[in-house]
Amino acid sequence: MISLLVAAVASIPLLFIIGYTIALGPGEAIALVWRPRVGELLWNTVRLAVGCMALSAVIGTAAAWLVERSSLPGRRIWHVLLVAPLAIPAFVNSFAWISITPTASGYSGALLVVTFSYFPLVYLPVAAALRGLDPVLEETAQGLGNNRLTTFLRVVAPQLRPAVLGGVLLVGLHLLAEFGALQMLRFPTFTTAIYDQYKSSFNGAAANMIAGVLVLCCLLLLMGELRLRGSARYSRLGPGSARPAAPMSLGVATWPALLGMAGLAVLSVGVPLGSLGYWLTTGASTRFDVWSLISTASTSIGLAVLAAVVTTAATLPVAWLYTRYPGRWATVIERSTYIGSALPGIVVALALVTVAIRGVPALYQTTAMLLVAYAIMFLPRAMVSVRAGLAQAPPLLDEVSRSLGHSRLSTLRRVTLPLIAPGLGSGAALVFLAAVTELTATLLLAPIGTDTLATRFWSLSGSVAYGAAAPYAAVMVLISAPATYLLTRQSRKEQTR
Amino acid sequence: MRFGRSVGVLASSLPVLLLATSCASITASGSGDDNAALVVYNAQHEELTKAVVDGFTKQTGIKVELRSGSDPELANQILAEGDNSPADVFVTENSPSMTLVARQGGFAPVDAQTLAQVPRQYSAADGSWVGWAGRSTVLAYNSSQLQTSALPASIMDLADPKWSQKIGIAAAGADFQAIVSAVLQLKGEQATAAWLKGLKANAKIYQGNGAAMKAVNAGEIQAAVIYHYYWYKDQAESGENSKNVKLLFFENKDPGAFVGVSGAGVVKASDQPAEAQQLVKYLTSEEGQTLVAGSTALEYSLSLKVATNPQLKPLSELEPPKINIAELNGPKVVELMTEAGLL
Repeated sequence: MISLLVAAVASIPLLFIIGYTIALGPGEAIALVWRPRVGELLWNTVRLAVGCMALSAVIGTAAAWLVERSSLPGRRIWHVLLVAPLAIPAFVNSFAWISITPTASGYSGALLVVTFSYFPLVYLPVAAALRGLDPVLEETAQGLGNNRLTTFLRVVAPQLRPAVLGGVLLVGLHLLAEFGALQMLRFPTFTTAIYDQYKSSFNGAAANMIAGVLVLCCLLLLMGELRLRGSARYSRLGPGSARPAAPMSLGVATWPALLGMAGLAVLSVGVPLGSLGYWLTTGASTRFDVWSLISTASTSIGLAVLAAVVTTAATLPVAWLYTRYPGRWATVIERSTYIGSALPGIVVALALVTVAIRGVPALYQTTAMLLVAYAIMFLPRAMVSVRAGLAQAPPLLDEVSRSLGHSRLSTLRRVTLPLIAPGLGSGAALVFLAAVTELTATLLLAPIGTDTLATRFWSLSGSVAYGAAAPYAAVMVLISAPATYLLTRQSRKEQTR
Repeated sequence: MRFGRSVGVLASSLPVLLLATSCASITASGSGDDNAALVVYNAQHEELTKAVVDGFTKQTGIKVELRSGSDPELANQILAEGDNSPADVFVTENSPSMTLVARQGGFAPVDAQTLAQVPRQYSAADGSWVGWAGRSTVLAYNSSQLQTSALPASIMDLADPKWSQKIGIAAAGADFQAIVSAVLQLKGEQATAAWLKGLKANAKIYQGNGAAMKAVNAGEIQAAVIYHYYWYKDQAESGENSKNVKLLFFENKDPGAFVGVSGAGVVKASDQPAEAQQLVKYLTSEEGQTLVAGSTALEYSLSLKVATNPQLKPLSELEPPKINIAELNGPKVVELMTEAGLL
């Protein structure tokens, strides 16, 4: 089955690390894990992940509610601004902050920067869920004597739970794998330590053992989310289509809400763009190489489009299995696609390098190899959207279509795909966004001569040629922007339908 | 290759066409039909390697592709790839990674003529690789925070508690690790381990030499151990990141006066060994070395026939310790730094 194949490929990095640990033997493995440095890294990783997940959940949910359900003026613009940080890679964001103020380093700096980069991952699914939520439920609750607050807590919040948890899980996974931003902000976590070790001694034992601990963190996160989510069903059952909810009047709270949103937008979008603008205009440290910019840009776009198509296509059978035929095995397969994303790109890349050199040398140094790495890392991004889309498409419609004489394929084409198209679209857009700015795996796996915007930006900013680096960052943002805009448009369209 | 792709892209200014070309160029570069081009695994700063390699291509017509990464990353990649390695030439920033590859038999011997082009002390004694650029260790210090009288006499003094949180290092970088390898060779394992322990307590860790120098300039730290050219490069450009920074060249053959060597070698698995030898010869030739000396990278040229870049303190005025360059032990350094908690 295709799902099995997808899950198997996604599990390669994990199997590589497990195999490596076994080959190393328990004595040496423990010696490498049980040392003060690993404790220091664990503490840093955990407090950053927990802090950022909590902040993102609060900011993302609050912002989503304000935009979708309140009388906040200019909601369409706010929606765009809230998704915009997705167009700014976290490492560009940290570049922007640290080049303005060196104090943006250490724990508080790192927490700030990653939260501003990642809260849209909670905002987007929560906003989508709020839109998809039938207001009849809330009206019924209010009709039964609940006030607005208890309605929110008893009716809305439980309905939002999958979206919030899914988003927070993504934030957590991103943090466990985040490298560029934290390296730039000088906040050592497992990923930066692994990278430092890899940089120093390739796939040495120390690096792989830290990666092993990181994988354990990821598994814990996944199991935690699974437990919290429970097994309730969330698709709408009633006949007809839901109408949009009436916005709740904010009254005197309008101004504080506006102020808060403006502050959020300034910090998450204004600061990075302003800083980039500053470096573009003042810091021209070297003469500007237009051809290099164009060729790296076209390479980045091409790779990202391919990655989006391949990855979204790979998600479909797994998400289908999970939502339509739930069970222990479906869950195991679905969960296994998340593993790759919690491993830093460099671990995925090196696992693939080793496996390819030993097993399929023909694959090594090819674009296909890089795309496999992208797919492994970005499956969860597409998975969350596609799965949520499938969960909201009632299976009953498939059955009706089948009973009316349509084949499986025809049902898929005429009923299911149109229903989940928004999910597929946002999944593909998320993968595109991630791939266009992917750094570490690209550094290692990109075929010779293939330079992307991210790798060129990294090498330039690493050698403090900030002025020369800024154009690459700016183009990355410009390329990401349309996909981000599509995300906002597509969700709008859904609302006005 | 990159130039050719740019031209192809240029022809299509519409975004849609841009996309199409990019896909085409990706498949072209991925399909491996580039047997005409020489593949260089490059760990040096790209601008430097590119300047010299472009000169080579102009002279010989042989096309060259650079795959850039860090020293140990690429060295280990060559070893992992073994006979399947697509690399023809390996060019590093620092010598320990050359040694790593050489010890495992990853290089074909460099032509004797090529070796004769630079002073012997800059190349491996067994001729497995040749030095082609040099970089001096320096202490970059904030001149308003540190008086010259307060400067350390030796790099070993930086482990003293009085420097606590006042110094910076780029611990994960191959540059700093090469400096540590010099300390290891000169002072032995015990003294080096103790010194690293002191640094773990004293030093703030930066992502690279440039970032560390910037922090010195901003007064976040008083001094940082870096290579000379980061300062000279910034001075030559805007000086914005180094206007408050001065350089201390350690003297008296102190380990801190270590001059690192960038190596070049012909990968044994190369399918174009003759052309690869030609490129390595060019790197060390008068012409190639003139390009090194004239490059904005501001590293030291090593050939005696070529004068040091006039912006730099002359190579002959430095007082480096006597080092057996091919015996610098990179893996041991990583082990010691891991034990010290710096990695």
